[in-house]
Amino acid sequence: MKSGLQTFWRYRFLLENLIQRDIKVRYRRSKLGILWSVLNPLLMMLVMSAVFSHFFRFDIPNYPVYLLSGQLVFTFFNEGTNSSMGSVLYSSRLIKKVYMPKYIFPLEKSCFAFLNMCFSLIALVMVMVITGAPMHLSVIGVIIPMFFEFVFIVGAGLFLSATAIYFRDIMHFWTIIVTALTYATPIFYPETIWQGTILQYVGKLNPMYWYVTTFRGCIIDGVFPSLKATAICAFFAVIMLAIGAKTFQKLQDNFILYI
Amino acid sequence: MEPMVSVKNVSMRFNLATEKVDSLKEYLIKFAKGNLKFEEFWALNDVSIDIMPGDVYGLVGLNGSGKSTLLKTIAGVLKPTKGSVTVNGVIAPLIELGAGFDMDLTARENIYLNGAVLGYSKKYMDEHFREIVDFSELHNFLDVPLKNYSSGMVARIAFAIATTTKPDILIADEILSVGDYTFQEKCENRMKELMSDGTTVILVSHSIDQVRRLCNKVTWLEHGNVMMTGATKEVCDAYMSNY
Repeated sequence: MKSGLQTFWRYRFLLENLIQRDIKVRYRRSKLGILWSVLNPLLMMLVMSAVFSHFFRFDIPNYPVYLLSGQLVFTFFNEGTNSSMGSVLYSSRLIKKVYMPKYIFPLEKSCFAFLNMCFSLIALVMVMVITGAPMHLSVIGVIIPMFFEFVFIVGAGLFLSATAIYFRDIMHFWTIIVTALTYATPIFYPETIWQGTILQYVGKLNPMYWYVTTFRGCIIDGVFPSLKATAICAFFAVIMLAIGAKTFQKLQDNFILYI
Repeated sequence: MEPMVSVKNVSMRFNLATEKVDSLKEYLIKFAKGNLKFEEFWALNDVSIDIMPGDVYGLVGLNGSGKSTLLKTIAGVLKPTKGSVTVNGVIAPLIELGAGFDMDLTARENIYLNGAVLGYSKKYMDEHFREIVDFSELHNFLDVPLKNYSSGMVARIAFAIATTTKPDILIADEILSVGDYTFQEKCENRMKELMSDGTTVILVSHSIDQVRRLCNKVTWLEHGNVMMTGATKEVCDAYMSNY
């Protein structure tokens, strides 16, 4: 354990460098550069709220803020897990030549997604100001669901990146799961439409439900995360991290033979 | 004196899948039928070598004799199936130059990235940056993305990073065959400089002349077995007379 931390400390500069690389490569040759991290969710929200407030009418006050907050939390998950999944595979050139802790790759992708999420928060604040949404003190509370979602994503990323090396099917499979979760999580619709469907019973087993609703509670309802919600967010995060870390540790010695 | 690298009874087994199973469905079907067969292949067989501080250690052998596998176990990239590898010091692998580069980044950014890959800190890289640039002679191209570089230029930077950072152990796999004549000469001088500074070098080369020129101790591998270990002249002579 101690030597594990030492190794991580030694390679923290690598983590930092990989994150910088991702930022640079993503925004290289774009005029607006990092501004896209704010613009992208903003424009996305405009499109979606135009679609949903014309075709499907949901009775939700301040729909743009409702939609954007849900979308941010889910995009974080989607981006984080998807980029983590292929991270070890795409670093095969490096892993084959030089020793380094391999978990650094999925971890880096999760950190990068987290950073993007933070930039996107600026977009959220802008929309809140424009739509005249009340700014509660509880917005600081979003750090709780965000932190646990991050841990959850790291765990999922470790699991996915390790298993994807053995079975590339995982990558196709995961796209389907994420799509299913998009619809099973109240992102663009209110939770009330679950009434009378199967989601009424199983919907709350979805970890994303908890991250989205807890996040939204802080932003819209002006309440800090309850003890129960915090405990559930933490529960999913810890379980996922344990599964991910265990799987990764078990499989990592043979990665090089399959990439 | 304690050896810098101690390889003890290392064996490395690879499972050669008789049929390539790449998808979960195939795997499950094969698994259920009980015909998930692997053919075993031992790339290294009970290999033991000790590399002392300051040694310039050569590995010779034909293609497929296990040289690269041995280097990889020393570099910590591969975990041996049996036996153990103990390393006392920082290793800079020079296996295939430029493995740690991102072609979309500039040379400047890549120098830092590659340093980080080798486990060096930012402060350390700041200190050595100048020296690396000087050695690679690419001052005017520092802010050009690496994809616009020629392979010789990439090799220069890679070599400069690996050797300027003063590792305890330098692993060099067929590296001195890149770049133009003057740069090759520069590299060889650099290697000699490192050697006289006490850096331990592990060298793999198909050029027996080079091995004779640089190494003081050589191991000859064949099909994963150690055929002979000893002073350069004896081993090289035996190796050459065998083919």
